[in-house]
Amino acid sequence: MRRRLLLLGPAFGWWAVFLVLPVALVMVYSVFHRGTYGGVVPTFTLDNFARALNPLYLRVLLFSLRVAVITTVISLLIGYPAAYVIATLPRRWRTPVLVLVIMPFWTSLLIRTYAWIVLLSPKGLINNGLAGLGLIDGPLPLLYNEFAIILGLVYGYLPLMILPIYSSIERLHPELREASSDLGATPFRTFLRVTLPLTLPGIAAGCIFVFVPSLGNFIVPDLLGGGLSIMVGNLIQGQFLKARDWPFGAVLSLALIALMGVLLFAQAWLLERSRKQAIDG
Amino acid sequence: MANPGWGRRILRAEFALVVAFLYLPIAVVIGLSFNESGLPTAWTGFSLDWYASVVGNQGLLDAFRNTLVVGVVTTVVATVIGTLLAVGLERAVHSSLIDSVVYVPMIIPDIVLAIALLSFYNLVFSGLLHLQLGLWTVIIAHVVFDIAFVAVVVRTRLRHFDRSIEEASMDLGANELRTFLKITLPVIAPGVIAGGLLAFTLSFDEFIIAFFTKGTAETFPTKVYSMIRFGVTPEVNAIATFVFLVSITLVLVSQRLRGSEA
Repeated sequence: MRRRLLLLGPAFGWWAVFLVLPVALVMVYSVFHRGTYGGVVPTFTLDNFARALNPLYLRVLLFSLRVAVITTVISLLIGYPAAYVIATLPRRWRTPVLVLVIMPFWTSLLIRTYAWIVLLSPKGLINNGLAGLGLIDGPLPLLYNEFAIILGLVYGYLPLMILPIYSSIERLHPELREASSDLGATPFRTFLRVTLPLTLPGIAAGCIFVFVPSLGNFIVPDLLGGGLSIMVGNLIQGQFLKARDWPFGAVLSLALIALMGVLLFAQAWLLERSRKQAIDG
Repeated sequence: MANPGWGRRILRAEFALVVAFLYLPIAVVIGLSFNESGLPTAWTGFSLDWYASVVGNQGLLDAFRNTLVVGVVTTVVATVIGTLLAVGLERAVHSSLIDSVVYVPMIIPDIVLAIALLSFYNLVFSGLLHLQLGLWTVIIAHVVFDIAFVAVVVRTRLRHFDRSIEEASMDLGANELRTFLKITLPVIAPGVIAGGLLAFTLSFDEFIIAFFTKGTAETFPTKVYSMIRFGVTPEVNAIATFVFLVSITLVLVSQRLRGSEA
């Protein structure tokens, strides 16, 4: 018992004080009135929740959801084949190639997002190149719109889609696919009926890893979206640092946490179900 | 199989495009950092002027020093706590619930952690204790997520560990602490160092949480953010190149250590 406390105590103690308490505080703040210069006045109200349903803010929430969903779908479509290629390479090549693909993720998102400003801006590399080739007359509107945000998010989080899908494909026994094709299935049918269902847990994990940070993102919409409060991450930032309406910012944060909780729960359920199927089937 | 060659070729082409997509923007910025004009419009000649101008920017250098302080202290604290946690999870408790709790600090949206900590700091540190927010509050925040990353890396290492040598040490009369220090720790050391390097990289690059919890101090990412936000200057290309170099080196070394035995 003492050993357990010594080993786990520091980590869980740190998280209790600097993660659980702060998030609990956000929950409490969400039902308080706002203070004049930030902070809260500790009197109960549910107005902050009602405000989140105001069309003005609801639109921001829906736009964030839409961007996150599109980002996730595109990342899946691009990432799955890439993960498949890595997982079917000769064994000694897999780890180095995987590191090559994951590495950009470990460098600053701020800097990687900045790189896209250089590429997409009206005087950026892409517009400049196209104009130089005589393909366009004026610069294309590539920056400060939904397209730029989605591009930036896919760029930022694609490695997080590839990693879990790679491990789920890599764990598949090649015999399963061989059996399917020996029994006369076309490669496409084998993929659809064998590989895809068995890698569903990897797909689910990848989708969550991309969806969650995309939904609450601040940097990418801030730099590539034109700096408006267009996604919920920017809205939260604004409520805390500009509008000084902490209770409303707290409500928006809770919405993010709740959604994340639901997704993780759904993933655990999916994982459990596929494990059961593997045993029954 | 109908035509195995074609499907394979299309897949490989797709993969090549993905790698290009991931690396081209980085390559462009690195290239531009050496462009005399600093602009993507034309190549006017090779120059190191932008690097010289970065080195001459005192505000940036101060912010960089702050980030090093935050990174080193965060890494030391998170590596100790995270290693203990990894040993505990592998040896002392077996619960999938606790296992998944460890992932929460890794995937909680950083903006949420940022505002939660800002609220907490304001109430407890500024409000009750009359302390100023600064680098130390950024360190506390970075330790929160770094513990989890260190624990995950160290745990992988522990899983490949032959426990009979620990038992041998105990049989020969060493106590638990001595066994841990003399046997376990040296064996898992590459994992601990790999976890520490990863923790440093994450702290070095972290922006949003620092942005909210830094008080009046500046870290390197918050300083770079304001440079980007208030007009792109070619200096940022040189900074970006430097940041890529630091991160990639640290991650490669970390990867190498992790992969050296398994």
